[in-house]
Amino acid sequence: MDHKIFDMEDIEITWCPGCGNYPLLDTLKGALAGLELEPRDVVIVSGIGQAAKTPHYLRCNMFNGLHGRAIPLATGVKAANPGLTVLAVGGDGDMYGEGGNHFIHAIRRNPDITNLVHDNMVYGLTKGQASPTSPMGMVTPVQVHGVAHEPINPLALAITLGASFAARAFTGDGEGTTRTIQEAIRHRGYALVDILQPCVTYNRINTYSWFEDNTYHLDGSHDPTDRMEALRAAMNPKKLALGILYQDAGRRTMEDGLALYAESREPLHRRAVDREELVKHIGERK
Amino acid sequence: MSGRISRGGKDVTIVVGGQAGQGIQTIEFILTRVLKRSGYHVFATKEYMSRIRGGSNSTLIRVGAKRAPANVDRIDMLIPLDSGALAHLAGRISNKTLIIGEKKTLTTECDCVDIPFTAIAEEAGGKIYANTVAIGVLCGILEADLPVLEGYLKEHFGRKGEEVVARNVKAAEAGYKTGGDMRSSGRVAFSIDKDPQVTEDLLISGAEAVSLGAISGGCRFISSYPMSPGTAILTYLSTHDEKFGIVAEQAEDEIAAVNMAIGASYAGARAMVTTSGGGFALMEEGVSLAGITETPLVIHLGQRPGPATGMATRTEQADLDLALYAGHGEFPRVIYAPGRTEDAFTLTHRAFNVADRYQVPVFVLTDQYFLDSYYSIPSLEADSLINEDYLTETGGDYRRYRLTEDGISPRGIPGFGSGLVAVDSHEHTENGHITEEIDVRNLMMEKRMGKMESIIADSVPPVLMGPEDYRVLVIGWGSNFHIISEAVQLLRKDDIACLHFSQVFPLPPETSGFLDQADVTVVVENNFGGQFARLLRAYGGFEVSHHILQYDGRPFCSELLARKILKIARRQ
Repeated sequence: MDHKIFDMEDIEITWCPGCGNYPLLDTLKGALAGLELEPRDVVIVSGIGQAAKTPHYLRCNMFNGLHGRAIPLATGVKAANPGLTVLAVGGDGDMYGEGGNHFIHAIRRNPDITNLVHDNMVYGLTKGQASPTSPMGMVTPVQVHGVAHEPINPLALAITLGASFAARAFTGDGEGTTRTIQEAIRHRGYALVDILQPCVTYNRINTYSWFEDNTYHLDGSHDPTDRMEALRAAMNPKKLALGILYQDAGRRTMEDGLALYAESREPLHRRAVDREELVKHIGERK
Repeated sequence: MSGRISRGGKDVTIVVGGQAGQGIQTIEFILTRVLKRSGYHVFATKEYMSRIRGGSNSTLIRVGAKRAPANVDRIDMLIPLDSGALAHLAGRISNKTLIIGEKKTLTTECDCVDIPFTAIAEEAGGKIYANTVAIGVLCGILEADLPVLEGYLKEHFGRKGEEVVARNVKAAEAGYKTGGDMRSSGRVAFSIDKDPQVTEDLLISGAEAVSLGAISGGCRFISSYPMSPGTAILTYLSTHDEKFGIVAEQAEDEIAAVNMAIGASYAGARAMVTTSGGGFALMEEGVSLAGITETPLVIHLGQRPGPATGMATRTEQADLDLALYAGHGEFPRVIYAPGRTEDAFTLTHRAFNVADRYQVPVFVLTDQYFLDSYYSIPSLEADSLINEDYLTETGGDYRRYRLTEDGISPRGIPGFGSGLVAVDSHEHTENGHITEEIDVRNLMMEKRMGKMESIIADSVPPVLMGPEDYRVLVIGWGSNFHIISEAVQLLRKDDIACLHFSQVFPLPPETSGFLDQADVTVVVENNFGGQFARLLRAYGGFEVSHHILQYDGRPFCSELLARKILKIARRQ
């Protein structure tokens, strides 16, 4: 399928020139088209931030919600209609900061959604403050003496919590990112893809060349079904691993656990109230 | 014994008091059902402390020939399961209160009819059956049907095996005989008429009525975080999720809960959340999101006293302002506050239709007193209610926020039709995409707020009880329906009526007609500030003349309220 099917017409993109979001937007379109998905069957839910603007620039169903809340909203969409392909898209501040609690519990809940986190290690929309993944010592307009808090390691966190799919990609590697996003969408269950990208305006540390120098691709010797091996890769102190760190294809999804989908995946809006059953049920209260 | 009481024809108020874990709830549960099946109207309400064991709790059961589902202060018969109950209820015990207890277990002196519950229970098979003996005694005094009592015990304890059933029946029979003897010896004399029709009535609590109303209204999705007293609805829908095809999800916090519900609603499921004040405070950003995205959402807010944690298991009506002003920015909303169990069912059902009809958040505002109380009602009209369908199959040129005459855009959902559904928490174009254009902003604000006109015309009118040519009008909302109406009935004045609002926002168009007619207006509310009176002033331009406010965490008592109303009426 041609990725042009996901092109939006007559839009003005408000990202800075050179922003890592541009190549990622194309990569995402290509990944969706490559999976033969129709725009009408795809829902992109986002929060607030530069990354969260993504669904405005891509032709599909979208819900641009509140800062930090894309994950629970996407969970609700998927639970109401399991036939939809649902993505929750946002930045590192959106997903790991404001939405941190939802991130943790989505891993436990395991809804069949794909969580793309554009991780540029800085706040863009609010102009350059530290994010939960900013490196120690980074000076910002607020962290004037340098970031004093340890950055979180989203991959290690996800793997230790038992995420059924945990991967990392880099926007500088379009092909690899496409492949990883496609695997994440194909995966049944909650799939985290932490996508490294530079912020050309506010992050002078983690630049394209910094990412080039500080990442490596997991090769065929990595066993993504081995959780400890995945954790070792996630905690590599030298370089950031790219690719699928961990996958458990057999974990039960949230929707699998819902009694009402045991017999049919009919979306909730198509189901009528069983009034006869209700009348009988009320009669039992005598 | 000074406690000989004789009440003819009306109703008897029984209070069972004791520690959490002593079995008060089981006594209440069995007794109310047996008395109802014996032909008595029953009403039960409980007050309890926020703890799992110990403390001092009580349940009040009114048994009568007529339906009297209102909280009262007086106690006709008190069953203290421990001494703490006597101290806890001291202020309500009068010389007319008959105390039936077991002196051996009561460490404090009291003037009570001594019934050896434990000894009778031990004879039946063990002291664990003491509460069943107490049930038997009360049934004997009140002339409940013994076969009904036996039958109910078999039903209730059936799954615990024959021996448990047999011992319970034996304990109940022994208690029944003791109670009967008290009656025949003249130590107690109650004569309440029975109404055979009551036996077929339903016993439904406020929480169950809200839950059943949600099921009837087509609720398919509920996500919430446990918080008393709102949890009961989550529990009910979770228990019956398979039977009625409902997704019931306990969220990690209220913020997640409300966003999940909005997501489900966006995808076409009728969705709700249930919570209490503190939890709802966390949901506010979600209410605002539902407002701008025009996503239907039903919010059950079971009030309890605040601020902050307040009194977790007590009651209050102090979150009206919170519901009214919840969420940043301006957007339309509807707030229902049912006063009768029947209304909680129909209004919760209605909330789902109205949320879909106008694409707005709709509140069902209750409180602990309302949710935890139950009484006998003839029926709920579950078979005649309709779920209106407002979903549109989208075409290729679908625009989620198409501007229309009445501000209501045809509502599409993803995956239903060939169109795309884009919604945005930002101000947005008709296509649902972010904009800051002045003209579009103005049009969209006017579109959303313009829906209020249709919503007001589609209001649930207040209910007037009492004389139509009233001089004094007692005004209430929410859970105070029966308490106020009984208080006014007790006064038997031909110039005092009461008016109850089950839709508190927007004010129904009939409001001013009712209020203008009165010389004296008294608003009765369980809060400090007179929030509904303020709402009447702000949105109805009406200044009420008097308030009766209570903010101690307890519901009003009808007879005490009657005195307060009379005092005001006499002065004027």
